[in-house]
Formats: sequence, structure tokens, C-alpha cells
Amino acid sequence: MAEAAVSPASRRGARPAGERELTPPVIQLQDVWKRYSLGAVVVEALRGVSLAIAEGEYVAVMGPSGSGKSTLMHLLGCLDVPTAGAYRLAGRDVAGMSERELAAVRNRRIGFVFQQFNLLPRLSAARNVELPMAYAGVDRRQRRERARAALEAVGIGDRAHHRPSELSGGQQQRVAIARALVTDPTLLLADEPTGNLASGQAAEVLALFAGLHAQGRTVVLITHDPEVAGHARRVVRLRDGEITADEPVPGPR
Amino acid sequence: MSWPETVRTAWEALAGRRSRSGLTVLGILIGIAAVILTVGLGEGAQARVGHAIASLGTNLLIVTPGSATASGLRGGLGSASTLTLGDARALQSHLDCPDIAAVAPVVQRSFGLAAGSNTWTAPVLGTTPAYLPIRNRSVVAGAGLTAADVTTGASVAVIGSQVATSLFPSGRAVGRTIQVGGVPFTVVGVLNTAGATANANQDDLVLVPITTAQQQLIGRSGPQAGSLSQILLSARSPQAMGAAYQETQDLLLQLHHIPSPAQADFTVTPQTALLSTASSVSGTLTVLLVGIAAISLLVGGIGVMNIMLVSVTERIREIGVRKALGGTPSDIRRQFLVEASGLGLAGGLGGALLGLAGALVLPQVIGNPVDISWPAVAGSIVVAVGIGVVFGVYPASRAARLAPIDALRSD
Repeated sequence: MAEAAVSPASRRGARPAGERELTPPVIQLQDVWKRYSLGAVVVEALRGVSLAIAEGEYVAVMGPSGSGKSTLMHLLGCLDVPTAGAYRLAGRDVAGMSERELAAVRNRRIGFVFQQFNLLPRLSAARNVELPMAYAGVDRRQRRERARAALEAVGIGDRAHHRPSELSGGQQQRVAIARALVTDPTLLLADEPTGNLASGQAAEVLALFAGLHAQGRTVVLITHDPEVAGHARRVVRLRDGEITADEPVPGPR
Repeated sequence: MSWPETVRTAWEALAGRRSRSGLTVLGILIGIAAVILTVGLGEGAQARVGHAIASLGTNLLIVTPGSATASGLRGGLGSASTLTLGDARALQSHLDCPDIAAVAPVVQRSFGLAAGSNTWTAPVLGTTPAYLPIRNRSVVAGAGLTAADVTTGASVAVIGSQVATSLFPSGRAVGRTIQVGGVPFTVVGVLNTAGATANANQDDLVLVPITTAQQQLIGRSGPQAGSLSQILLSARSPQAMGAAYQETQDLLLQLHHIPSPAQADFTVTPQTALLSTASSVSGTLTVLLVGIAAISLLVGGIGVMNIMLVSVTERIREIGVRKALGGTPSDIRRQFLVEASGLGLAGGLGGALLGLAGALVLPQVIGNPVDISWPAVAGSIVVAVGIGVVFGVYPASRAARLAPIDALRSD
């Protein structure tokens, strides 16, 4: 049914031409398990999750705390690897990748937006946005140009030289979104992106995501807030480490 | 991440915590300055000892009565009375000793000196005119002893500069009379200033003809009558030292009817032996001081490790963010290593500057020369960076090993 939701959105320059004839799903989880051992107790955070997300989708992953949605987000973001099962990101299996390879995948394929913004406090907004490009080895002039363009795209080009502490929460989250987008990633992964924002700023950030989706970006948003999830086009519900529902959002806004 | 970018990131991190970085750098800085100064002091002392011994006279051999024992200890000067003027005369024979250029017999004892109301005590040496060239000394006022003075047993004296200023504080000494142990002597010359060696002040002495000394001051009677305190010899050249040593040894053994060198009742000491003893003493001291300085460097290094570990713990979220954005473990390790070695480098450069400043100031305060050793300065800076790297490895690999989710989760 996930395949049914594939929208033939085409995204500019998202994928090198001719990489594959038939575009595979951006995300394909197959019977994924994640176990943690906390001392003697073994916690099964994910229990056989299978999920496919196609290019251009806007998916919200919902669930109460303890449902495993954070674990899912870590796996999707290649911050962690599954205990069992397969995870293909843009057709490549990430299981068995070295830390170095995972870092490269995070750098090129994934743009993170965190609840805590996670900007480096000593760096200006522009330098924060430059950071992933610095790890990608982009030269300095190009980095500056692209960071400026990304900040303008999220509407805070005039704040490029401010430090995070000089920006409002909403502005900080925009910087974080600019940072996530600047490498032109395959997947934009947002973890409770509005959790620390006042409602007005939250609405602006959600409008930004909607705009990105309209441009053809693949967006996965993790939240416990049905209001926020309602902005997505598809909602995946998680409970006790298992998917309990996976349905399109009725009546797109 | 490229090297320039890594260095820039490290610089921003260090500059962002100025006082902490500064204090850590201070630990290294003090250690490096201490190393540079102690090495400089050691080298200065060594150079001074070498210079002082060279000033004793080139190609010098000293024959003293008494024998070296198995342990290398020797009876004090004059503890045996086995050297005579006859020995000295025989050594002057170019036939037996072709490699000996000059011979000066010496009798020596300390005497009370007086000139008017001024009194002083100094070693009085009865010797011959050969003494001055052998010891590399000269006369700055008046004249030295002459062969005629020795032949006639004249009551004349050549005095060291310190004796001169002590007995004649108002100036001119030549032509005045001094009492040596109650015997009047006419001052005919004043020696040049030579400074002090490790064991004797070369400016605090009185030279008189050896005949006068033996007749009027030392050994007029008793068992030591006619015996010498030492015989000073100079070889024809530094290369002839070995031959001169052998000739002296052989001739004196023969004159004293001693069959084997092991039973010799005299000791021949080449000046080079003094030199090596003196430099080994100051060398040992240098090693000790450098050891102490090295310990302070070690402590500085532990300071770097401590601060870097604190930094890793404190910046756990930053590390997580960097990893999430694509920083590899080696990127993270390199960043922290560069920070640690940056602390080391700053300490090294600062320490070198402080050490050089100390080398300028210290000699004026303590009077000891400090010879800056440039290899030591360069080496210290390298060592300081090395300390940063070595003590940075553990914190850096801890940072590199952090799992990104653990790092991100912390608040």
C-alpha cells in the first residue's frame, strides 16, 4: 500500500541521472528489530517493523513516548544500525556499514532537524549551515555561497552572522532546516521539530516543511502531536515497537 | 574535513575558552622555559669551567707528591715530600724529556700578608720565571720574577690582583714593601686578572723566587726541607701531551728508584683530566636539573589531558551534532588532537620566549652565565607539541568513539 502512495514528483538534481532505471523507495525497512540490553534487561524497542517511503512523500511517524519512534528515527537517520532486518536507504543496505561509511551516508543523504535545534552555539548561523559541507569537503567560497542561499531560502538571510543565542527559537529552527537542506539530501528527517516552539513559530516551521514537500522533497517527521502530524500526507502510527496503522491523511490542506 | 578547516575549528574551540586554554598553556610553558633555562645554565657552567681550565695554561701537566690510590683518592697537596728541585732540574733536560717545553717547581704555603695597616692572607708560591708562561699568566704592572732573582734569592714578590687591591686599596703596588710572614718583600709586579676556577682563586696569590721561599719562608728545616709542593710542566704542543706525560713518569720513576708505576710516590695529572672531571660534574648537574624540568613538563602534559577530557565531556552534544552532520570518527579525533597539540604548541612557543627572556635576565641576577642552546629551544617546541599529541590521544579517541545517539541524547 505504501507503493500505492508513490507520487511521481520529480526533484531537481536529487539523484544523478541514470543511477537506476526504476527509482527505488527512498526508505525501505524490512522486518527491522532493535534490541537494547540495559544491564540484565533486554528492551525490544522495535519489533519487526517494515516500512517503505517513496521519493517525494511527506510522512509523519506518530506514537506515544516509549513507542519506539525515537529508535526508528535513529535507524532512519543512520545514527544507529538495526539488530536484525534490512534497511535500504536509496537502494543501499546500511547494515554492516562501518562508522565511516555511515557518517558519509548521513552527510550526503540525510538532513536532520532536531527538537533542540542542535546548532553549535559558538558559530554564526552561516557557519552552522556550512558545517555539513565542511565535512563533505566543499571548498570555502562555495560553502559560503550555498549557506547564504540556504538561509535566504528559509527566510533569514539577514541573520546569517548572528549566533544562535541571538536568534529566536523559530529562527534557530530555520537555521537548522537550512543546515539540513544545504547538502541537498535524499531525506529530510525531523524529530519533533516544533516541540520547543511557540505555536506561531511552529506554524511557520510547518509551513516551511509543506513548501519543501511541494518542491518534491522527501520529508519524514517524528511527532507525538496529532495536530503536527495532520500536516503530513501519510501517518505511520507506532506502539510498543510495532506499526499499528499506516494511512494517508484525509483531506489534504 | 580538510586540515585548514580542522585547524580553524580547533582554534575557535580554544579561543572560545580563553582562560582555561591559557592556564593549560601555562603549565606547558613553565616546563619548557625551565628546560631551556636549565640546559642554558648547564651549558653556561660547562663553558665557564672549560674556559677557566684553559686559562690555567695550555698543555699543562701537574706533578704532585703522593700517589693515586686504587679508589682514585689522593693524599692532600704536600702530604708526602718526594719531589725535589733535583727532579725539576732533571725534567728540564731536553735529552731525557724532548716533549717538555718548560718546568716550574713550586713550593706553596699560606701566609699572613701585611702592608702598612692592611693585612691579608693568601697562598705564597715560591717558583721560577717559567711559572707565568706555563700557567698562561702575564704581568700587568711592573715585571715578573727573573732568573737572577732566583739565583740570588732576592726578596721580591709578584702579587695577584686581589692581593694588590686588598693590601694597596689606594692604588700603585709596584715598588712598595709587603710583609710575608714577617719577612719584608719588595713588590716588583702585579699579575693579570684570571678569575676563579672551581678550586682556586687565580688572583689571590703571591709569587716569590723559589730560592727565597725555601731559605726564608718554607721548609728551612724539618723533614720536608727542600721538598716541592708541585712541579708544573708544559708540553710542546697539545699533541705532545701524551709523550710528555710518559717522559715525566719514566724519568721520575727512574730518579726515585721505583720499579713499577703502580708504586709511584708522585702523581702526574694532565690538564685534560681536570677538564673532563669538571665537565662531567657540571654535566651530571645539568642532567639532574633537566630531569626536574622534564617532570614539570610531564605535569603540564597531564594538565592538557585533563582539560581535553573535560572538554570532551562538556562538548558531548557538539560531538553528536558533528557526527550527525557527517563527521567521521577520524574527523572528530583529528579535531581534538589538533586542539591538544595547539595547546602544546602555544606552550612551547611561550615557554621558548620566557626561557629566552630568562636567559637575558638571569645572569644579571645570579651571576651565572646562561648559554642559549638553539637545538634545545627548537627541541623544546617539538617536545611541547608532542606532549599535546601524546596526552591528547586518549581524550580524542574517547570523543571519536562516542556513539552519535548517545552524544545527541545528553542534555
